[in-house]
Amino acid sequence: MRPAGPAATLLIGATVIAVLPVLLPNEYYLTVLIVAGLNGIIALGLNLLMGYAGQISLGHAAFYGLAAYTTGILTATYHWPVPAGMAAAVALVLAVSALIAVPTLRLKGHYLAMGTLGFGLIVYIVLNEATGLTGGPSGLGGIPRLSLAGRPVTSDLAYYYVVWAAVLLCFAVAGNLVRSRLGRALRAIHTSETAAAALGIDTERTKIGVFVLSACMAAVAGTLYAHYVRFVSPGTFGFAASVQLVTMVVLGGMGSLWGGLAGAVVLTVLPEVLRALEDYDIVVYGLLLILCMMYLPGGLVEGVDRLWRLVTARRLRLAPPEDPA
Amino acid sequence: MNAKAGAFLWGEDITLHFGGVQALESVSFRVKENDLQTIIGPNGAGKTSLLNVITGVYWADRGGVFLREQPLTGLPAHAIARSGIVRTFQNLELFSTMTALENVLTGGHLLFHYGMRDWCFRTHRFRAEEAALREKAEAALAFVGLSATADTLAGNLPFGSARLLEIARALAAEPRVLLLDEPAAGLNIRETVVLGDIIRRIVDRGITVIMVEHDMDLVMRVSDRVLVLNYGKVIAEGTPAEVQRNPDVIAAYLGEV
Repeated sequence: MRPAGPAATLLIGATVIAVLPVLLPNEYYLTVLIVAGLNGIIALGLNLLMGYAGQISLGHAAFYGLAAYTTGILTATYHWPVPAGMAAAVALVLAVSALIAVPTLRLKGHYLAMGTLGFGLIVYIVLNEATGLTGGPSGLGGIPRLSLAGRPVTSDLAYYYVVWAAVLLCFAVAGNLVRSRLGRALRAIHTSETAAAALGIDTERTKIGVFVLSACMAAVAGTLYAHYVRFVSPGTFGFAASVQLVTMVVLGGMGSLWGGLAGAVVLTVLPEVLRALEDYDIVVYGLLLILCMMYLPGGLVEGVDRLWRLVTARRLRLAPPEDPA
Repeated sequence: MNAKAGAFLWGEDITLHFGGVQALESVSFRVKENDLQTIIGPNGAGKTSLLNVITGVYWADRGGVFLREQPLTGLPAHAIARSGIVRTFQNLELFSTMTALENVLTGGHLLFHYGMRDWCFRTHRFRAEEAALREKAEAALAFVGLSATADTLAGNLPFGSARLLEIARALAAEPRVLLLDEPAAGLNIRETVVLGDIIRRIVDRGITVIMVEHDMDLVMRVSDRVLVLNYGKVIAEGTPAEVQRNPDVIAAYLGEV
């Protein structure tokens, strides 16, 4: 049993998010946490796809980038209003991800990983080469700020709250999904597609649906990124970024929404912390990842779970033995 | 057409090849509603292939399967389940990372009608349907005697319980036809007796059962009708007593005399 119900965890999460900025020493940490939140949104979606349905995508950074560039180009170059640009970006990613999913997810096996890998490379090349549209390797600037109800969100603090409200919203929706028949269907597909189909689960449609949903969540994060940083360049959305997103989910805990989110936050914050080590940061970073995977194959969530059990087990041992009579 | 009178589920001229291997050759069969129809035959006779054709895992090269007047040929597996035919597997296909109860709840996938808005906002309809299904799932677990293991991960269940869990999961789909692929394989004598009782009680609930089975004691004790396959062909069909006396069946099992 988990110590708290879903509503309580959301409340605790909201409280932590609300209080955290007060404890930060300077504005820079706010930027780190905003990026952590954006990665968290992507990791939540990717976890639905990988941790629950057992399908691997190596191209989620490309969806993230495609959305960031789409809203960037539409608002900066074509002067669309920001909300219209964001909506168009998510819609485009929805269409493109469906286009990839329909042929690749019909097949069993690792075709999705291969298809998304190829897609990621294509997007990366286009972002670099379509100079007239994207600005090429030097990137695209002049993207307007996000505005809510006609007022631009200018401070980092306000943006932090916008992003983390989106994280909470995604977390709640994903949580409701996994606790519905769809969540059971996803987990069923993960272990046995044959049995899932024999029970009437349309495995193709379900897999396509969860893939498109997770791509759209990456797209939402991408649009929030574009209107925060207000500059996009291809380097942010390459293959390495896709792999990093997968690592976040695996390190945090596949099949646990908390885990994916925690993995995203840890892997975003960790490099900033390790920066103090200067030249050795990458070595320590790699070492930490290896140790985690060696001793916590179920991810950070497994570590917390074990710790929790250790604490409760000790408490049980300290309790007076029951009367055998 | 006369032959089909009273038939509920029937197959006509089903032929299936795997490369040069003839798995099924012009197999026809009729199953009466609410009968317990067993399919027997020596190893490699095509019994599981026939189940796989009925459930859409394989598509026959020729011929087809009909439920009432509705042709099932060419439908994908999930659509066949939707029409009311649900199965278990010879090599267990449980969702090992889910609890026993969650496995059974997944079996009830088709009984839900709630949509995206309902699960997204956990509406009244969502909660009502989930609660109703949970009750049905618990009843299905109780029916096979697994109430005590509801919260055990399916992957941790002993083999005999895992077999019964597959049956409970299939029953949760409220099927019209239940297909059991060697349900007694790997069970000990006592477990097999319990299984036989459960299967008879399933038939008593009005469900038509088709069972592929090797355990002859079980087959003779519970079956209403027996279909015998050998080398992909039907060699006999009848009541257990009739089939037992059939010289072709004896020859197939014991070799030519």
